[in-house]
Amino acid sequence: MESKLNLNPALIDSARSAAGRIAENVQLFIDKNTTVTVERTIARLMGVDGVDEIDKPLPNVLVDSIKEGGGLSRGVAFWLGNAMVQTGKAPQEIAEGVSAGEIDITRLPIADENKIMEAVYKVAEKMVDRIKNNRSKRNEYLNTIGEGRKPYLYVIVATGNIYEDVIQAQAAARQGADVIAVIRTTAQSLLDYVPYGPTTEGFGGTFATQENFRIMRRALDEIGEEVGRYIRLCNYCSGLCMPEIAAMGAMERLDVMLNDALYGILFRDINMQRTLVDQYFSRIINGFAGIIINTGEDNYLTTADAVEEAHTVLASQFINEQFALKAGIPEEQMGLGHAFEMNPTLENGFLYELAQAQMAREIFPKAPLKYMPPTKFMTGNIFKGHLQDALFNFISVWTHQGIQLLGMPTEAIHTPHLQDRMLSIENAQYIFNNARDIGEEVEFKKDGIIQKRAQEVLAKAEELLRDIENEGIFDTIEKGKFGGVKRSFAGGKGLEGVVEKHENYFNPFIDLLLGGDR
Amino acid sequence: MEGIQKVDLTKVKPYGDTLNDGMVQMSFSLPVPYGDEACEAARQLASKMGFDDPAVVYSKDLGVGYTYFVMYGKCTHTVDYTTIEVPKVSMEFMDRHEVEDYISENIKRDVVIVGACTGTDAHTVGIDAIMNMKGFDGNYGLERYKGIEAINMGSQVPNEELIAKAIEVKADAILVSQVVTQKDVHIANLTQLVEMMEAEGLRDKIILVCGGPRISHELAQELGYDAGFGSGSFANHVATFVVKKVAEKMV
Repeated sequence: MESKLNLNPALIDSARSAAGRIAENVQLFIDKNTTVTVERTIARLMGVDGVDEIDKPLPNVLVDSIKEGGGLSRGVAFWLGNAMVQTGKAPQEIAEGVSAGEIDITRLPIADENKIMEAVYKVAEKMVDRIKNNRSKRNEYLNTIGEGRKPYLYVIVATGNIYEDVIQAQAAARQGADVIAVIRTTAQSLLDYVPYGPTTEGFGGTFATQENFRIMRRALDEIGEEVGRYIRLCNYCSGLCMPEIAAMGAMERLDVMLNDALYGILFRDINMQRTLVDQYFSRIINGFAGIIINTGEDNYLTTADAVEEAHTVLASQFINEQFALKAGIPEEQMGLGHAFEMNPTLENGFLYELAQAQMAREIFPKAPLKYMPPTKFMTGNIFKGHLQDALFNFISVWTHQGIQLLGMPTEAIHTPHLQDRMLSIENAQYIFNNARDIGEEVEFKKDGIIQKRAQEVLAKAEELLRDIENEGIFDTIEKGKFGGVKRSFAGGKGLEGVVEKHENYFNPFIDLLLGGDR
Repeated sequence: MEGIQKVDLTKVKPYGDTLNDGMVQMSFSLPVPYGDEACEAARQLASKMGFDDPAVVYSKDLGVGYTYFVMYGKCTHTVDYTTIEVPKVSMEFMDRHEVEDYISENIKRDVVIVGACTGTDAHTVGIDAIMNMKGFDGNYGLERYKGIEAINMGSQVPNEELIAKAIEVKADAILVSQVVTQKDVHIANLTQLVEMMEAEGLRDKIILVCGGPRISHELAQELGYDAGFGSGSFANHVATFVVKKVAEKMV
């Protein structure tokens, strides 16, 4: 693609390789550690599910028991494999046995290592096949009933009740939505377990549970067949249970996951060691499952200024790209995030927004960029808000964004009402259709406001990435260079769940998913 | 000016393009399928709401058997504007420099303000707009004020932790932001904080202020707060209220 912005390719390369080295350094740390949620994920992928009599998920029961027995550094796969060999039981029965106090999993005699491996890989491969089948099923849908044109129209539902969500999601799909995101209940990100079963109570959203995933998946498949478009399902793979949510999503054929390497650290005050280890495994799963990840750079702009801090968004996109590559996520599944969040009173603000969006498009040409709507400067004046969203939609179709998170005129008032979603979809469809090929027709003036703005942001991002490379990402976050938020290496939530791996530690899914055939 | 009516403030009704025409625009959805019957249902409903000549000017099928309407109607009710009283933070707001001068002249020490988004609320946009250095829309936040020590604890802070922090730093004032208001979760949260502060015997010692898009001064006072700030409030409004209150308490 020829650059409309006259960006310097050498600067892009330099920024990208700095980001690559930043990710490489962190990877050395990641590879040495595991976490409680990574281990619970492995247990889930080996078939452990359900809850005990006080609604504690069995993956938690199992991993806590191994942790108390001092065995977590070997990994749950080792202990489950050993128990399978010793008892002849399946992982689920073993977890139930542990829960009932009948099996003391770290005190069983240790079997021959080859036998353990054989037992583990046998169940692990079964799960890998299930995930592969889900991928095929999605492709089959895409090849038969098809999909909407990009930018995909992405809307949220957030009633708290999964069955009510289904009604709203089906209405949205009939109106033209391509992606339905079920917003999670406030504060689920800080739970160190994943709730179980269908749920009907939540605040500002609905619990992410495997059963809720299944219910919504079934509803969207039905409606997709009716409207003749595959409807993608999105959830939130963030917080203290990143990889577990990824595993559940892979099993239930979700299509899109919010999944940022740094978001939890900055905006949920989750410990950075914990998040960096968790994000790696969650992304391996998402990558293999064919799930598009959405990164959270847009969030920087809710705390930091969208004009002054634009380069931090780009720098973070570079870093997210490199972390994603490490986890085997192809560029086509990288929904790198950014947002239309400049102050609407800014003279030529539209030109700066256009520059930023076009720049992201050119630097990450294959990525289905996720473009977030104005939120910070939405006022309750629903009529002006509808116009702000229109400008945002205009830029999106102009610069070929991948996933358009639709802005709602009632942003800043309430979670969307049924008609708010319809009005937003109508707004986007009108503009996308009416200006469809504007990007192919219009070029930018050489050294004009738009070109210069993009060049300046790129130059600052490249400089920031070289700084981060020198300081390391941990120090950079400690100094508050992303989103103006400072977090310390040993601070935040969830550090107690990080465990250094034993030299014989193993996680069968890293080999199977990262190295396996797709 | 013959022929032009004067406004009767004891009987005020909406204005479209002629005094007392009562014109109101509204939009809503009904859980009934799109069609003539749906429009008639909307019209009947608007009549019951007190509108004369209700007209559906636009309707649309929302899918799932629901219909959306844009309507006009003439309001038949009036209100007496002359008897209205609304409790509000009634003071002349100072700007940042005036607040800083006020502190150095009248308080002569740093004013300590602790702020947080409490309970399960993860939306810090409000508290950040008031407290962070950068502020919002060109209005610097409290961190930038000379003479104010502003501590922003961020999101999802339990009320217990907020109180513990306020005690630790000897706070003059606590600011609580509540953005998520679905199912009135903010009311429970705000009430709990007041109750806990009363139980600790702190309520009279610390100025308590809340804010958010659905917060009014009236609601705040009902819940036992000193003040409430809604949309469109900036750091200097909050700062004016707090420093004046601190000065009051010193006498």
